[in-house]
Amino acid sequence: MGDMIVVHDLVKNYGDFCAVNHISFTVPEGRIFGFLGPNGAGKTTTIKMLTTVLDPTSGSIRVNGHDPTREQKQVRRSFGIVFQDPSLDDELTAYENMDLHGVLYGVPRGERHKRIDMLVDFVGLGERKNDLVKTYSGGMKRRLEVARALLHVPRILFLDEPTIGLDPQTRNHIWGYIQQLSKDEGVTVFFTTHYMDEADRVANEVGVIDHGKIVAQDTPAALKERTKCTNLEDAFIALTGHAIREEEANAVDRMRMMGRAWRGGGRR
Amino acid sequence: MKAIYILCVRQLKRYLRSPARIIGSLGQPILFLVALGFGLRAMFARAGNGDYINFLSPGIVSMAILFNAVFSGIEIIWDRQFGFLKETLVAPVSRLEIVLGRMLGGAIVAFAQGLIVFVICLIAGFRIVSSPYLPLSIFFMFMIALLFAGIGTVFGSVLQDMQGFPLIINFIIMPIFFFSGAIFTANGLPKVLRLLLQLNPLTYGVDGLRGACSSVFAFGLTTDLGVSVVLTAILLAIGSYFFSKIQL
Repeated sequence: MGDMIVVHDLVKNYGDFCAVNHISFTVPEGRIFGFLGPNGAGKTTTIKMLTTVLDPTSGSIRVNGHDPTREQKQVRRSFGIVFQDPSLDDELTAYENMDLHGVLYGVPRGERHKRIDMLVDFVGLGERKNDLVKTYSGGMKRRLEVARALLHVPRILFLDEPTIGLDPQTRNHIWGYIQQLSKDEGVTVFFTTHYMDEADRVANEVGVIDHGKIVAQDTPAALKERTKCTNLEDAFIALTGHAIREEEANAVDRMRMMGRAWRGGGRR
Repeated sequence: MKAIYILCVRQLKRYLRSPARIIGSLGQPILFLVALGFGLRAMFARAGNGDYINFLSPGIVSMAILFNAVFSGIEIIWDRQFGFLKETLVAPVSRLEIVLGRMLGGAIVAFAQGLIVFVICLIAGFRIVSSPYLPLSIFFMFMIALLFAGIGTVFGSVLQDMQGFPLIINFIIMPIFFFSGAIFTANGLPKVLRLLLQLNPLTYGVDGLRGACSSVFAFGLTTDLGVSVVLTAILLAIGSYFFSKIQL
């Protein structure tokens, strides 16, 4: 088993601001890797570069052996992603959302229909698959997004704060599926989260990023031992400090706020 | 190719599932048809120009297509906000396929709205002349739809949020409608306005549609066809370019 993600000396500058500052790390195939860091540490910027939607300033990336800047199609075929924010079409049914995804990823029709049925059952949405997504609860949408990300049989699953705003039951459910998938099919999982208990429980290995630099990479147990803390949350704070981070809101964030206000705050 | 098709189908489904939008966007064209059409009809006839409803109807149909097509492009902003845009942008298909699917879907929706308004105009008293040109009305309607789906795509790609939307409508789309020959002819206009009319991409679509329905083309059929086709191609290219520059 080789390395699924190889990042070497990666840099991303926005003007004068250095969002990602010479980071290097590798994620071996089949591993569940937790990418942790305070707000604005560079987590989402890194995921964007790994998933071909943002070009690095310098440094090199290999995802499943391909370069995201030059071999976009190969890289895009190798991963599935659950974004930080919902990315479903509310006006379509769950099945139609899945089908659209399958067509975009070139999954042949017969296999597509079989896998969609299998996956919606896998996340417990089989009976609601022909309902419009706008009638779904936040947790159901999240489960559907996980199912969708798996439709084209990716080698890597990127999860950007997949459980934010979900209740413990739904979080458990989702991580249950993901752990099972990693065990049964050897899918590599790269996730971010602010819930340290979650990272402690599911990650084989965590990387901690702060101010654009990797400050630690190890197993959760080793990190706790190194910082002499009993839980990962304390270890995380020992590594990244107590200061609260400010993030500048961009236009999309402002719109999300507007969207939330319009829909009475019940986004997920 | 399949990506273009499925994204196009997506927009048609969204359209058909939103009766409120279908009916809602008929309001403005009907208002203009009734208020201007019946309001100015007598005056128009007294001036010896014939039936104003016949003159106005192609303009009203064009208006419905214009607004719906631009709006379909601006829907990119919604898809950005509700997140669906990301799903398409990380898929292993080219941006060109994505944007072509979107523009084609948006154009078909706008065209469908145009057809509905066309029928309403017929009910209101619009009389068409049967001639070999008549089938061209379909062609011109679709050209207007594609052209403005392209323009809408430019706005949808460049604008980050909906705040700029009223600006676009009031300062670009409304003037395009008013100075397109949709509600009055170029004859007797001050030079500046006349020039504005001639530079307006909608002008040739309106004239082509009116000519196809009445067999009288103010700018000539060749000019209308040529300008519409060339401008539509250019705008589709520009729309695709701006869409390809979207950063998440």
